[in-house]
Amino acid sequence: MTVTILRRLLALIPVLFVISLVTFLLMHSVPGSPFSAEDKPLPPQIKANLEAYYHLDEPLPQQYLRYMGNVLRGDLGPSYLQRSRSVNDIIRDHLPVSFQLGLLALGFGLLLGIPIGVISAMRQNTWMDYLGMFVAIAGVSVPAMTLGPLLIWGLALQLELLPVARWGTWQQAVMPAITLGLGEAAIIARLTRASMLQVIHQDYIRTARSKGLAERKVMVKHALRNALIPVLTILGPLFAGLVTGSMVVEQIFAIPGLGRFFVDSVGARDYPVIMGTTLLFAAILVLSNLVVDITYAIIDPRMRTAE
Amino acid sequence: MIQPATTATVNRPSGRALRRLLRHRFAVAGAVTLVLLILVAIFAPWIAPKHFADGDLFANYAPPGGDFLLGADFLGRDMLSRIIYGTRISLAVAFLGAGIAFFVGLIYGVISGYYGGRTDAAMMRIVDVLYAFPSLLFIILLMVTFKTGFGGSMTDNPFFHAVARLDTQMGGVFLIIVGISLTSWVGMARLTRGMALSLRRSDFVQSAVAVGARDGRILRLHLIPGLVGPLLVRVTLAVPGFIATEAFLSFIGIGATPPTPSWGMMISEGFKVMRSHPHLAIWPGVALATVMLAFNFLGDGLRDAFDPHSR
Repeated sequence: MTVTILRRLLALIPVLFVISLVTFLLMHSVPGSPFSAEDKPLPPQIKANLEAYYHLDEPLPQQYLRYMGNVLRGDLGPSYLQRSRSVNDIIRDHLPVSFQLGLLALGFGLLLGIPIGVISAMRQNTWMDYLGMFVAIAGVSVPAMTLGPLLIWGLALQLELLPVARWGTWQQAVMPAITLGLGEAAIIARLTRASMLQVIHQDYIRTARSKGLAERKVMVKHALRNALIPVLTILGPLFAGLVTGSMVVEQIFAIPGLGRFFVDSVGARDYPVIMGTTLLFAAILVLSNLVVDITYAIIDPRMRTAE
Repeated sequence: MIQPATTATVNRPSGRALRRLLRHRFAVAGAVTLVLLILVAIFAPWIAPKHFADGDLFANYAPPGGDFLLGADFLGRDMLSRIIYGTRISLAVAFLGAGIAFFVGLIYGVISGYYGGRTDAAMMRIVDVLYAFPSLLFIILLMVTFKTGFGGSMTDNPFFHAVARLDTQMGGVFLIIVGISLTSWVGMARLTRGMALSLRRSDFVQSAVAVGARDGRILRLHLIPGLVGPLLVRVTLAVPGFIATEAFLSFIGIGATPPTPSWGMMISEGFKVMRSHPHLAIWPGVALATVMLAFNFLGDGLRDAFDPHSR
């Protein structure tokens, strides 16, 4: 088991390495430099000095090796846009915000999605099932760009229940969490339903019923516990998707998360921030996929022997 | 009663799938909505009251009703007309993105899964890396690289020059489609490869190999027909993602270029005046959700039609 995990972890290194190389080449394939703004050009000597200071005058392979060397030592470099902060500072300040938002959205998704999925499965092919699945499909179809403004209009401007934007209090977290979590709720509902339907038709459920257990007890204790395994395993990637995909929501609600920084830094060609964010998000994604396989092995002993 | 086998078509799998699809009410509703939207996109100049770029500065922020059914934006452009023309953008992204994802994913996946061995290992290594790339980040990077590159000194090259011209003509949408296509095929290739791998080991393919059928024949007759259905389902369900990506890129200002009526750009313009004119952000949002909903319903119906066990 430990050996498998270690081997999988080692396999991630080349993947991240290639991602860093692709990102680096893409950024640098655009001619010019971050300091050649067209609207207010810097004096050539100052520009040259700046480029020399950030080693942008070196040949590309050397720049790349220098950068990767620093990354391996845990230093993601300076930010060109925000001279007073390093990329490490930016990540330390803004990643927690994206994480909080992701966790809240995931919590909302679970609270809404699991009940819908369970009820749909227990009342399969009735109007409740159809309604539940309608809601689930609608949930993945309403993008943040539609839901966000609608919520702001309804809850913040018309009813004046919640603040319009920004981050810090729980009131400010409600709308972003719903906007980001609705799609996840829909995915969780569908998965829970499918998984419940599979479990319900198994022999041990019939056994539990035939020995006279209350239907409620059969469903909660016997069916749901097993049906939640697939749901549990996608939580990692869902969360990773929420953290890396919260850019839209962060933009709409003016939340100081990492996604918004990425958008700004790409426009300004803030190379170290772009590289740092991309590598970090990629690492979160690949690690979450690994966590799925490990949780599977822990929860379901059959998976362990299959390896 | 025994059904007489009158026509061969009745028993064909595609016929069965079609009948199951037609029984699926949501899917039919989705399909009908899509057909209507396609008609709207094609006949936009005849349906829309005004041209999407025609502004009337005396009518800026005109309220809904009268001359402007859904109101006018900050330049006095008719919202309804812009939403109608915007259908073209979203559907172009949807169908071109889907087509490329489907064909590239199918061909790549089939080759990788069918030939297996070292070819497979090499091809899947590439896919694994791209799969780990946060796709929205990748597309944003690509877009900025394209836009600044094609707008600047790279246009000396005749190929880049042609691409830049095409993109300008399409209001910045061409490069969005390229960006989406470069990432979307990866998931499809993984899916196809997995299915091709298991079909490869199935008895009917093994028998075809045993009787000496050539690779091309096996792929054409035995592998690809079995892969098209599930892949079609997956691509249809991926389309709302493509549409949302275009809208998001235009929302943050690196997608469509003004005055192209992209719904995402309209939402971002309306969002700035949310307090005084909320309808300017909400209507394009409703249009966006409608198209995505139609594709999701259709995809859901297709899934049930091709794989009845999932219902």
